[in-house]
Amino acid sequence: MFDVRVSVRVCMMLVLAVMAAGCGGGERRQVIQNKGSDTLVNVAQAWAEAYQTIDSAVVVAVSGGGSGTGIAALINGTVDIANASRVMKTKEIDLAKSSGQDPKQHIVGYDALAVFVHKDNPLGSLTLAQLAEIYGDGSSVDSWSDLGIEVPGCRNQEMVLVSRQNNSGTYAYFRGAVLGKERELRLGTRDMHGSKDVVDLVEKTPCAIGYSGLAYSTDHVGMICVTSEEGKSCVDPTVATASDGSYPIARPLFMYTNGEPEGHIKTYLDWILSDVGQCIILKKGYAPVRGVSCGD
Amino acid sequence: MSRSSVTDFDRRNRDWYIDRLVQAVVFIGGISAIVFIIGIFVFITREGFSFIATEFDVSGFFLSQNWRPTSESNPTYGILALVAGTASVTGLAMLVAIPFSLGAAIFIAEFATGRVREVLKILVELLAAIPSVVWGFIGLSIMNPLIIEWFNVPVGLNVLNAGIILGLMAAPIMTSIAEDALKAVPDRYREAAEAMGATRWQVIAKVVLPAAKNGLLGAVLLGVGRGFGETMAVLMATGHSVNIPTSIFDSVRALTATIAAELGETAVGSPHYQALFTIGIFLFAITFVINLTADLIVRGIRNK
Repeated sequence: MFDVRVSVRVCMMLVLAVMAAGCGGGERRQVIQNKGSDTLVNVAQAWAEAYQTIDSAVVVAVSGGGSGTGIAALINGTVDIANASRVMKTKEIDLAKSSGQDPKQHIVGYDALAVFVHKDNPLGSLTLAQLAEIYGDGSSVDSWSDLGIEVPGCRNQEMVLVSRQNNSGTYAYFRGAVLGKERELRLGTRDMHGSKDVVDLVEKTPCAIGYSGLAYSTDHVGMICVTSEEGKSCVDPTVATASDGSYPIARPLFMYTNGEPEGHIKTYLDWILSDVGQCIILKKGYAPVRGVSCGD
Repeated sequence: MSRSSVTDFDRRNRDWYIDRLVQAVVFIGGISAIVFIIGIFVFITREGFSFIATEFDVSGFFLSQNWRPTSESNPTYGILALVAGTASVTGLAMLVAIPFSLGAAIFIAEFATGRVREVLKILVELLAAIPSVVWGFIGLSIMNPLIIEWFNVPVGLNVLNAGIILGLMAAPIMTSIAEDALKAVPDRYREAAEAMGATRWQVIAKVVLPAAKNGLLGAVLLGVGRGFGETMAVLMATGHSVNIPTSIFDSVRALTATIAAELGETAVGSPHYQALFTIGIFLFAITFVINLTADLIVRGIRNK
């Protein structure tokens, strides 16, 4: 008896909701909850806004908070799509599986970590091994003269290392890509609190070297051409070299869904991976998953 | 007649209840500070406690400069460099702030009169109201290039930059308290000195300052407490670099700035999270002792 009454009430509420939606503007609106990486949040926002004009019946609600936050929300089942600038850890996948979720990974773009120096710095290229000697703990390279160059305006040729705070995804990726699993970054780096701060400090400091997302590059700083192995030719950080994988410190950007995407979520993801969607990520300074021609 | 006056006296009318209500509200307001401080202490202790109980070893924590909380293979939590950073920045800030605030306090309390005095007092209070993130921004975007240019050093985010910024931040509150201390010196001291033919400067240097010295010391200690606790400006102006400084042109990192920069993205309950709270307990203890000392010193002169 009680159950029936509850279900009647639920039915009435549903009817009311549908009627309200009907009065509001035609068919029912679908909401996609999208949360995670701060690296991706600007792009995700741009996608969500552009998608409004494609399909006004779907609303994408975007919020940031970091890759970990997005993945945690996916595990708890409170988002439809989690953005991440790193792969899910085995621990996180296990946790998701045990709470009945089945995370599926989609690469939606690439982010190249450019190595920035001051505009007046004559340094053209570095190998990954040299970068490791510059940033690694217990390393021997302290000054620009150790690399055989002289930087104008830099007193004592002392190298000023600019890095990120130790719990950012960018820091973790850079450490892994340049120093490997075991080695630590040296202490005494200037640890900036945002991608843009790194570029700003390097711009104003002749002695500085720093790493940050390619999307944050400006005309006022120099970017280093990076060689993956001795003897190979160096690769400039560009959108093209990031998407074809030839630039050695580029990371994929992910969206995670629960299970294979279906319905409006699948349509949205397909649209993101279409030429239109990929042109938006390109415009934001990240690399698309494949070559696209956008026209200007 | 007498009966009616007694009942008048006893009457619990509206005013009586309002009186009671106000008493209760004021009482709650009065004890709330104590409740909050105990609550905060319990909270940070609880969050940091299991770190202290398990991974904490005194020499590793206080005497090592290896702050690598996010290392995959071997995380270490040594705060020596962070303590050195906070101490060096606060020390330099006091060198900057003491002459400024003492000078301003002497001028406001002893020399300025009328409108000048009122305007100065308001301006000093206004200076105290500038948000610390604005100070930090000044350090980052104005002082940084200036220091590079003037002193020909590789980077302008260093002890000098943060020390000057923090000194300017601490000066207003130090000025206010120092001025109160100078005002508390009875006028008859000054009159007696002047009657004996002392010049105005002699009165200040030989009579007023010695008489106010406890209050002035209290002002300095409160400034030190401010320096230890300041976060945003030092985060932006120090360069945020784990490093024991050997000169004022070295970048450093402060205890508070470390908590601010790292707590946001740290998994709740992880050793890193608890280590940050342990730093919080340490900071709490230091500022508590400094403020208590300052308070006792200031109280000392009032009661004399």
